[in-house]
This record gives sequence, C-alpha cells and structure tokens, in this order.
Amino acid sequence: MLHSFLAKFAPLFKKAFDPKIRLMKILVCISKTPDTTSKIAFTDGNKKFDENGVQFIINPYDEWYALVRALELTENGQGQCTIITVGGADCEPVIRKALAIGADEAVRVDATAGDAGYVAAQIAEYARGKGFDIIMTGKETIDYNGGIVGGMVAEMLGLPYVSLVTKLDVSGGTATLVRDIQGGEEVLEVTGPFVLSAAKGMAEQRIPNMRGIMAARTKPLNVVAPAAVDNATEVVVYELPPAKQGCKYIDPANAAELIQLLHSEAKVI
Amino acid sequence: MNILVFAESAEGKIIKSGLEAISYGAKTAGSPVTVVTSGPLNGDGGAGAAGAAKVMVASGVNGSDSGQVSKLIVAAAKSTGADIIVLSHDNTGKLAGPRVAAALGAGLVAGAIALPDTSNGFVVKKNVFSGKAFAHVRINTATKVVAVLPNALGVSAGGGAAAVESFAGDFGTAGVRVKEVKKESTGGMVPLPEAEMVVSGGRGLKGPENWGMIEELAKELGATTACSRPVADIGWRPHHEHVGQTGIAIRPNLYIAVGISGAIQHLAGVNGSKVIVVVNNDKEAPFFKAADYGIIGDAFEVVPKLVEAMKAHNANK
Repeated sequence: MLHSFLAKFAPLFKKAFDPKIRLMKILVCISKTPDTTSKIAFTDGNKKFDENGVQFIINPYDEWYALVRALELTENGQGQCTIITVGGADCEPVIRKALAIGADEAVRVDATAGDAGYVAAQIAEYARGKGFDIIMTGKETIDYNGGIVGGMVAEMLGLPYVSLVTKLDVSGGTATLVRDIQGGEEVLEVTGPFVLSAAKGMAEQRIPNMRGIMAARTKPLNVVAPAAVDNATEVVVYELPPAKQGCKYIDPANAAELIQLLHSEAKVI
Repeated sequence: MNILVFAESAEGKIIKSGLEAISYGAKTAGSPVTVVTSGPLNGDGGAGAAGAAKVMVASGVNGSDSGQVSKLIVAAAKSTGADIIVLSHDNTGKLAGPRVAAALGAGLVAGAIALPDTSNGFVVKKNVFSGKAFAHVRINTATKVVAVLPNALGVSAGGGAAAVESFAGDFGTAGVRVKEVKKESTGGMVPLPEAEMVVSGGRGLKGPENWGMIEELAKELGATTACSRPVADIGWRPHHEHVGQTGIAIRPNLYIAVGISGAIQHLAGVNGSKVIVVVNNDKEAPFFKAADYGIIGDAFEVVPKLVEAMKAHNANK
C-alpha cells in the first residue's frame, strides 16, 4: 500500500522539490455540441438551431483527443489540467463531465458563445499571463465545423500553433508532435508554450468512473465575466439540404445496369 | 473589392486546393486576381489558367509554421491593399487562416461552399452540423477572410499566363522545427481529399484478403480506395483510408460504398458526395436512405459483376 502510494506520488515529490523540473500546466478548450446522432432542425424562421429534444455532449474532438491526452500528460502529479468553455449555465453538465473524466479544475466564461473570434478572444483573455505550457482545442466542433478557435488564440497570445495533431509527446520543455498534412504527416518539434488542435490518434476515449463522477462535484468551477468583444460574423439563416430523391434499386443479378445508369443518367462516369 | 488569394505550391505547381482558391477569388472579383505563394514555381505554376493575374512568390517561409505562413499572407495583403483574403480550407489553410483573420481583425468563414452573396452585405454559405445543414454567414468586418472548402467548387480553366514576381519581407522566426515528413503512398491513386471517384469498403467484406475486388473496381473506374472506421481500427486497411466524421471528409462526384451500413458518423464524412451508390446485403442498412443507387445483394457476387461491366464500358469508350 505504502509502496504503491510512493510510486504514484514520487514524481510529484521529485518535481515539487527539483527546481529544474516544472509541473506542466495544460488548458483544454471544450465546447458543448449536439450529440452526433441528433436530428438537425431550426426554428425562428431558420435563424436558430432547434434544441428541442437534443442531447448535448462535449465536442468529441475536444474530449476524446485533446482532454484525454492532456490528462495523460498531467495526471499522477505530473501537472495540472484546466478546462475552459465559453457559455451559459447550461454548459455545466458538460463541464462536470470533463471534470469527471479527470480535469483538475474548470473555468466558464459566462457569456453566450458568439462566433469563433469571440470565443477565441475570451479564452486568450483568460489564459494570458497564466503560464499554460499547452493550450489545446479539438480540430473543429461538430456543429460549426470551423476549426478556427485554436489558431486565433495562438495569434492573440503570440504563440506557435500546430493544427490537426495526431500524436503529442513532451520531454524536458520540448514537445514532439505529429501533424496531418496534405497526403501524409510530418513530425514537428516545439520548444516553449504553444497551442494545438487535436485530431484522431492523440488518445483513446475515456469513460468516467464513479469515483471521477463523485470527485467532479467538488472540483473548482470558476465562473468569470466575459471581456467586451464584438462578433465579426453572424449566421443570417440556416438551410437544410434538399431531401434525397430516394434510392433507385438495381437487381443484383443485373448489377451491370448500375454502370449504364452512372454513365447515361447520373453522368459521373 | 480588392482580393488576395493565398495558394500553396508543391514541386513547382500550385496544388489543386490552391487552384480552387484562385478560381474562387477570380469569380468573386469578376476579373483575374493577385496570388501569393511560398513557392518556388515553374513558370506561373498553373495559377494564370485558374484566374491569377499576378503571382507573388516568397522564399524562406516554413510552410509548417502557422506564424510564418500567416505573416506572409498578412504582409502580402498589406502590400496589395487587399480587403478580402481567400485561401483553401485545406490542412495549410486550417493552420494559417485563423491567425491571418485574428491578425487583421477580420471575420473568417471556414469552409465556404459558394461564392459570396453581396446583395445584402457579404454573406458566405458553408456546411454546418457535419454536412447535415448549411449556414449563410455574414462577415461584418471591413477586412474579410474566406477559406474555401476543397473539392466543393472546382477549378476554372482558360485564363492567360500570370505575371510572376518575387515577394520579399520579414516573416518572423519559425516556432516549429520540421523533423520528418512522411508522404503516404497512394499507389498511384489520386489522394482521397482530391479524388473525384471513391470506392469504399466496410466490415461487410469480412477480411482484408477480400479487398482485391475493391481495388480492381477502383482501378477500372480510375477511383481511389477508402474504408469505414471499424475497418481501419481493426487494421484491415491503413488509417489514411478512413473516411467519416473522425477520418477524412470527402466530396467526390461518385462514392461507392460496399459492405458499409452507413452509421451517422460515416455519413457525416461522405454526405457531400454528388452520387452515392450503396451495395449491401442488408436491406435495412441505413445507408440506403442516403443513397442515389442501391444494390441489395452479396458484395462477393455484385462487385465482380461491376468490375466486368466497367471493363466493357472502358473497352467501348
């Protein structure tokens, strides 16, 4: 018992008393998004997303990849993981879930999330001067599909930014990352604080356990007031794609007919 | 409006997504536009034909460094007085676009799928909810950035040669160091994000040894092969072939899905395809609801017939 206790906390003691080793501080930006299986509909003359009956989750890229990798790098006394979201009190269930998965503390910027520039400015404002080694976002949210916030936060804070990161290791103040590029991937190194967006591969999904869920209730959730920022963009109207004409079925015994149809009817070959 | 397009180049040529951005810029302006690239180019690198009047070629920019690429674009925008910056929403655009917008105090639409509508402000249409809906987004700032979704709008042809000049400036120090670049071999196939035709296989194919017929059909069509997430996760196919919400989102003219049930996460990555064909032995497979053409049948009987029919089709061309 004592042995396992020491094994678990030895790195913490070592780091706490070794002036050369600093605990890593990671900020993970999370967004509340509709569950991937949600029915997408709009109200108010197609100006507003219809939240009726929609289950909200942590944006999967933020949770599965960014948050879980941040936890792997900070838990067992290696550092501290803070999560931040911009939104109203209705974000608290997803914040508590992030804490249940293992984040140490949470910050909610108390504002209706505006466009990506608005959200980025709030996060940059909070993070400025707090000494985060890494700021992480998911590669994009599954609702607005922008992938903008991380790069803007980096610009606002004057930090390097690496997008679409599929692997991250940190050793002695230098991070080694694998980034998706057109037609392949590249290995990069960054020394000092930076911002990244996380894609598939960074980590595996983690299901919160009962202990995590209980602990999440008492972890700190700081609600901070927003900075005054203007939105640069606004959604004028949403539109649903036209319904598919319906599937035209072809007899499997006469599968060759498909090639004819693709040529003469669909005109794609 | 004064438009500047950023287009990436490789091996002396502007890449396809860059040509799409140039075409978008020229159509928006109604005349050929100025382009900036981190070069080097052979001639104009194909930029003129797509709609460039002039290409400014910089050197010494680390294309993997978001800071240097965005400083290049911002410097070019300042030197040309551009108020609209167009780039691709490809991997490099995703890296640099947000920085450019933040540096210029500009609104950014990431993933434009139509030319801007300027009848009431500057409104750009984009995909939202992973392709399940569209949003028309108005940019209210004086300077605007538009990142064009790859494979959405095509490349113009027929423009004249563009003037090429070098562009010098201070693009800062890179914050990242590139240690290694690994290009995936696609075996001579067009890379998935650029492919006009894709043949994709799922768990219904029962094992990696059965992919021969998928590859053969792809070869006859001139298509690229892809797969569903479970197939990549169990290692039947390489991860770079995985299309879907967490893999690559594609928008080919033709997507043929064999033995894929069509989970909503898979559909999110392929629902931009113009024509979808589904081959599945389960008539209840949800993919049929999203398909244009369906064959309810055994893939091992159907696909060889399609290969034969394609061979005959190609012979008669």
